Amino acid sequence: MAKRRVVVTGLGIVSPVGSTVESAWSDILAGKSGIGPVTRFDVSNFPTRFSGEVKGFDHSEYLDKRDARRMDPFIHYGMVASIQAMRDSGLEVSDDNAERIGVSVGSGIGGLDGIEKAHKTWLDNGSAKRISPFFVPGTIINMISGNLSIMYGLKGPNLALVTACTTATHNIGIAARAIAYGDADAMVAGGAEMGTTPVGLGGFCAARALSTRNEEPEQASRPWDRDRDGFVLGDGAGVLVLEEYEIARKRGAKIYAELAGFGMSGDAHHMTAPPEDGEGARRCMENALKDGGINPQEVDYVNAHGTSTKLGDLAETQATKDLLGDHARDIAVSSTKSMTGHLLGAAGGVEAIFSVLAIRDQVAPPTINLENPDEGCDLNYVPGEPQERQINVALSNSFGFGGTNGTLVFRKLD
Amino acid sequence: MSSIEERVKKIVVEQLGVKEEEVKSEASFVDDLGADSLDTVELVMALEEEFECEIPDEEAEKITTVQQAIDYINEHLSDS
Repeated sequence: MAKRRVVVTGLGIVSPVGSTVESAWSDILAGKSGIGPVTRFDVSNFPTRFSGEVKGFDHSEYLDKRDARRMDPFIHYGMVASIQAMRDSGLEVSDDNAERIGVSVGSGIGGLDGIEKAHKTWLDNGSAKRISPFFVPGTIINMISGNLSIMYGLKGPNLALVTACTTATHNIGIAARAIAYGDADAMVAGGAEMGTTPVGLGGFCAARALSTRNEEPEQASRPWDRDRDGFVLGDGAGVLVLEEYEIARKRGAKIYAELAGFGMSGDAHHMTAPPEDGEGARRCMENALKDGGINPQEVDYVNAHGTSTKLGDLAETQATKDLLGDHARDIAVSSTKSMTGHLLGAAGGVEAIFSVLAIRDQVAPPTINLENPDEGCDLNYVPGEPQERQINVALSNSFGFGGTNGTLVFRKLD
Repeated sequence: MSSIEERVKKIVVEQLGVKEEEVKSEASFVDDLGADSLDTVELVMALEEEFECEIPDEEAEKITTVQQAIDYINEHLSDS
C-alpha cells in the first residue's frame, strides 16, 4: 500500500506569548518575550523565580464550567488549543467520519498541580477521605485525548504518548503515521503542559537545568549565546489538526502545509544530557528527511530544539552541520523558545505551529537575546529580527530527557 | 445565616453546574440533574465539608435526591 499523504489543516495554541495563533505568531515575529516572574505561588525561596506563564487565560468560551472543574490546568490548555485547532480546520464530525477521526495529545508531566493539591489534602486531613473522585481522571495524561473525543464524538484512535520534551512532536508524528497507514483520516495531535508548580519548578531547579537570571527574566532564554545559563520553564499547549491530503482537498479545507516526514531516535547516552556531537539528533533529522524522501539540500529552515543550555545548543548545531554539510550555512535556524521558554511536552506542538506559519508567510522567526554567539555556534540563528526568505521545507526538532528525539518535516504544498 | 435547605441547594448548584431553578426538592441527582457516580461522591464530600459532619458510605448511598440530603443534614445536625 502506498503511503498516504498528510497535511495540516488546523492550528491551536495556548502560550506565554498569546493564546490565539495570530497573536502568538505576531508576538514571535516582533521578538517579544513571554517570560516574567512566577505568579502562581510564592517563589521567594526558589533559585529561579520566573517562567513563561500563560497570561489572561479564560477557558469559559471553550469549556463547560462543570467539566472544567474536573480538569487540571494542563488539560484546560490542551483542550482549548485542540478546540481552536478543530474550529480552525472547519472539520465537521458526522456519523460518517467519526470513527475515522482520532486524537493524540500528550503531556510530558501531566497533572502535577492536581497531584500536589491532592497530596496536601491527604496530609491536612490525615485520611484519604477528602481526595476528590475526579482526582485521577482530572490529572492523568491521556485525558485531553479522552475529553476531546467525548466532546466531539471522535471515535478513531485515542492516544497520548509521553516522551518528556519530545512529547508533542512524537504525538504529531505518530498521528501522521496513523493517517498514512490508514488507521484514521484525520487526527488532532500535539501536547500540553503546566509544569510551573512548586514541585515542578523545584525539581528542575534541583537538576540545575534552569536559568537563574532573576533580574532579567526576559533575557534569560538566550539560545546559542555565550552567556546562556539554562532553560526557562514555559506553560501552554500546541495542537494541530492533521488530515489525509485527498480527503482534505475534496472537502475544500484550508491547507497550511504538508507534514512530509517524521523521524525518531534514541541517544542511549545519559538521563538528561545529549552526547556532545549531537549524534542522536543528527540521526533523528536524517530519519525524518528519509521518511519524507527529502534531500538534506532542500532544507530551508530549522525550528531548533534550542533550549538555551550549554550542551544542548552546541550539540544541535553540530548535528545540523554534520547532517547538512556546507548547506547548513545557507539555511535559517532559530529558537522560538527564546521568547516562549521551554514548554516541555507542549514545546513540539507550538513549534510545529511556528514552523508551519514560517512556510505560510515565508519568514523565519527570530531568536532573541542572541548577542554574542558562543564558540562553535556559528550558523544563521536569525538573531533579533525575522528574516523573509524562501521556505519550502522546514524541520521542527524536539529532544527530551531520557535521550528521546523527534523531528517533523513540513513542506510547502504547491 | 442561610437555612440548611438553601445551603444544600447552593452546593448542588455549584457541584453539578445546574441552574438554581432546576434544584427542586424532589429532584434526583442522577435522573434529573445529570449527575454520574463520581459527581454523587463529590457532592457528598462537599456536604460533609459545608456542614462539618461525616456521612458514612452506607448512608451516603441512600441520599439520591435534594430532599434526602436536606433531611439527612437536618437530622444529623440537630443531634450535635
